[in-house]
Amino acid sequence: MRVFGPRLKVGIGLALVLGMAFVALSADWLAPHDPYAQNLMMRLRPPVWADRGSWLHPLGTDNFGRDLLSRLIHGSRLSIAVGLLAMLVALSIGTVLGLLAGYLGGRTEQVVMRFADAYQALPEILLAIVIVAVFGGGITVLILVLGFAGWETYTRVVFNLTRSLRERPFVEAAVASGAGSRYVMARHILPQMAPVLTVIATLQVAQLILQETALSFLGLGLPPPTATWGNILAEGRDRLLVAPWIANLAGGAIILLVLGVNLLGNGLRETLDPKRAGRA
Amino acid sequence: MRYVLRRLLLVPVPLLLVVAFVFVVLRLTGDPVAIYLGLDATPEQEELLRAEMHLDEPIPLQFAWFLADLLQGDFGTSIQFKTPAMAVVAERLEATLVLLGLGLGLAVGLGVLAGVACAVWKDRLPDFVLSILAVAGQSMPSFWLGILLIQFFALDLGWLPTSGRGGWDHLVLPTVTLATFLVPNFILVTRISVLETAREQFVTTARARGARGARTLWLHVLPNAINPVVSLVGLQLGRLMGGAVVTETIFAWPGVGRLMVSAIFQRDVPIVVASVFIVAVTIVVANLLVDLVQAAIDPRIRMR
Repeated sequence: MRVFGPRLKVGIGLALVLGMAFVALSADWLAPHDPYAQNLMMRLRPPVWADRGSWLHPLGTDNFGRDLLSRLIHGSRLSIAVGLLAMLVALSIGTVLGLLAGYLGGRTEQVVMRFADAYQALPEILLAIVIVAVFGGGITVLILVLGFAGWETYTRVVFNLTRSLRERPFVEAAVASGAGSRYVMARHILPQMAPVLTVIATLQVAQLILQETALSFLGLGLPPPTATWGNILAEGRDRLLVAPWIANLAGGAIILLVLGVNLLGNGLRETLDPKRAGRA
Repeated sequence: MRYVLRRLLLVPVPLLLVVAFVFVVLRLTGDPVAIYLGLDATPEQEELLRAEMHLDEPIPLQFAWFLADLLQGDFGTSIQFKTPAMAVVAERLEATLVLLGLGLGLAVGLGVLAGVACAVWKDRLPDFVLSILAVAGQSMPSFWLGILLIQFFALDLGWLPTSGRGGWDHLVLPTVTLATFLVPNFILVTRISVLETAREQFVTTARARGARGARTLWLHVLPNAINPVVSLVGLQLGRLMGGAVVTETIFAWPGVGRLMVSAIFQRDVPIVVASVFIVAVTIVVANLLVDLVQAAIDPRIRMR
């Protein structure tokens, strides 16, 4: 039953991700309306396939008469941007700390790894809540909060890989020929980790997008009326009885993107690490 | 015993980290007095609190005072409720613990059963279907799942209440929502762990001595495969707490998570700090329990 192999996963995942990326990049041009334009005459119109629906607003409108399709298209931008940027923050911090701990060892290792252990015991949502409570929401705060919450996975993986790579002949040869620590780390050790880091980073983007939408849903992300998927879903929750399509279309958009990223990550893991995939 | 003692010594470390983090964030904003008192405070009140918080002293001393207050359970007075913040939070703790316990229990139970099913029927239909469900579940935003459940079971069918706390029927939808958020990881980890254990030599030996499939599975494979699942409980505690905050908000469940979120909108910082502290203590204690359970199951951990 290997029908659903890595190739198919990467294929479907990539198609979904590229599709969403295309929508996000051409949002201004694809969206039929201004996502913030209110029209109180056109409040809570259902999507085109329901009774009373019309092609003017293919996915219907929300409580302020704003076009839902346009809001969802613009929301994809924010979700993808926050997910990617927060991943880059986590990746940079985590990789640098892991490299230093693994390569230098000794006291650096003790401090970094014990800190990572203690940090892991803290739920990231708490850190996010404290920061948002004090500083308020905003895109920079959101990216930093999510990014700072996710560094320690990378540190652990990079640390273990660096420690084993340091003993390999090609690294020893580079050190023996007089290469400095920074050069060895950047040119010999880091490139070896690219496949593993790609897989972790991809799967993390999926988690970050979910966390961003969850924070927005709680009202701790970007403040309304910003068109984020989490905000649209939260608004839809208050209109479930009269307009269930608002919440459900936003939920559908989230799951399509996250499923795409997850499939891509899982497929890549099985492709780049066939030994492990075969065992599991 | 030495392991238990050493583990107990580690308990304060993450808590100190949380307190230090909260302290830094509060001081970073400039004047903590303004945050603590809210907008309509008189200058006299501000002066009083400034002295009480020792803001005229050096920063390390301020931190010591902050810590001392927290250790005595003094988190300041809630802006919304005008009562000690800790008392307000403590009142909500039970509701959250009930939800966490039921959600985690259901997730572990379902996850282990489904994971074992995947491993037993590896590469056949059950494995295929459950693995796809697991990946789909990992991609499902839990708040949307909660809303779908409300639409179907509460609004359309009218079988269960939409929100709030009352009889057992109020527990069903929140527990299912929280558990679904956690189940996929338990399925995937159990599956891999059982498959890897099944390849060990002692399993082959048991089979060679004539033990049948089901007997090897329950007596030889599962007891040895369960440890990664227990570690996963510890690793998932943070996500569990995040899931609880979301779940409590969707279902208007009167717990600490919902209190925390509403306190943010009211700018009620004493409540936020007290809730964060209580949640951190819960998680640290739960982590301690997980480690002790693991040490009890696996003698190799005690030897380290």
